[in-house]
Parts: sequence; structure tokens; C-alpha cells
Amino acid sequence: MQFEFDIQGGDFSSAGKASSDIKKVLKQLNIDPKIVRRIAVALYEAEVNVVAHAYKGVMKVDLDAQKIKIVLEDEGPGIENIEKAMQEGFSTATDEVRQMGFGAGMGLPNIKRNTDEMLLTSVPDQGTRLEFMVRF
Amino acid sequence: MELSRVSQLVKGNIVYESEISPQLEFAFSSDLMSDVLRFHMEKTILITGLSTVQTLRTAEMSNIECIIFARDKKVTDDMIELAAENNISIITTPLTLFEVSGRLYTNGIKPIF
Repeated sequence: MQFEFDIQGGDFSSAGKASSDIKKVLKQLNIDPKIVRRIAVALYEAEVNVVAHAYKGVMKVDLDAQKIKIVLEDEGPGIENIEKAMQEGFSTATDEVRQMGFGAGMGLPNIKRNTDEMLLTSVPDQGTRLEFMVRF
Repeated sequence: MELSRVSQLVKGNIVYESEISPQLEFAFSSDLMSDVLRFHMEKTILITGLSTVQTLRTAEMSNIECIIFARDKKVTDDMIELAAENNISIITTPLTLFEVSGRLYTNGIKPIF
């Protein structure tokens, strides 16, 4: 099963819509609720990251009987230092993002904690690619 | 604890009651949504002063069944729509986050962490 969603940078009112749709699909497939929660949290943090930092992005979801694989690719400022970005507490978020309850530098560590594999690559001034996988 | 009892303890107003009546045992107080997303939140009340659509989305992703908005924060129609879609009950109260937390704690609601 494959799904694709467009994500608009700065559109906070819709942030989480794609994650919500995927969570509903996973629940319908009777996947262990603890695993569904892990996937939902990782998806949502990743979706909020695109809304908060990029101009636009695409979320691609590939689902089979054993696992879910998600790729988010965005066009935006990219990440200069990935090692630093993975540190808890490090953030480049704007005040607007912080007012929404995010931007405390916990998103990427939260994604890592909830997934079985995670790969983050970025080209400054071009964009970022985040790939992660969770086994059922 | 039932929703009506929770609301009574915090002098609250039930703005939306889910069709699935929640049995609430735990609570977590935070305005930081990434912090909320860190923990397992079964049978849990989120007590917050952050009243946005993203508060509802965060509750949805974390399986939170009830949100208490402290200090009479405004709840919009969009938020109630999301609450209904995801079986999340909403209470508003004029009390502060501190007092809501204290009242629930002394009446047996347990911390999540």
C-alpha cells in the first residue's frame, strides 16, 4: 500500500492531517496500538518539521505486512549540521513555531526514539530528506 | 475517574464529551507539545494552557482521551471538530494549570512519568 501527501510550509492549521490519515489506516489494519502510536508520533513530528522549517514537502508512505517506510523530502533551507540538529534541545525554530508548542529541539530525537531505522540527509539552501522505518 | 468527576474537581465546563466515556487515571501538564509526544498517554488527561488545533493533533497522536484547558482558554469550532473525530473530551476551567494539577493529584489522579 502506498500513499503520498503534499505538505505546505507554514500551514500550521493543516499540520498533522497526513499523519492523522495514516494513523487511521494503521488502526483499521489492526496493528498493535503501541506500534501505531510510535509511528503516529514520528510521522507527526516529521510533518511539523516540514511545516515549521521548509517551503514545501512531500511525504511518501510505503506499507506492507511487515513494516512501514516513510520518506519526507522538502525544499527549504536544509540543515547545516545534522549532528547538532539531532541533539536534544537544539533548535532553529521561529517564535511562531514555539507558540504552537514546538521548536524545543525535541522533534528529531523523538523521531529517532520511536523508529527502528532513521536516515537524515540535507543540502543547505536546497532541502532535507528524512527516511524512517518501523517494523510491525 | 469519570469525566464528570474530573470536571467537578476543577470547577470546569465540559465543552465536548466523547461518545466513548473515558476512564481517566493519569495526567500530564505541559504547554510543550513535543514533551507530550514523548510519553505513553493511555487513560490520560492533558492539562495545558496552549489552545490551538495542534494541541488536539498532539492529543490524537498520543492517544490522549481528555484535555483540560486552564485559565479559560478559548476553544474554537475547528478544535471541537477534531475532538469529535478522535474521541477526545474537552474541559475548560478558569483555574490555573497549577491549581488544576494540584486538585487532580490530591484526588488520586497519578502522574504519567
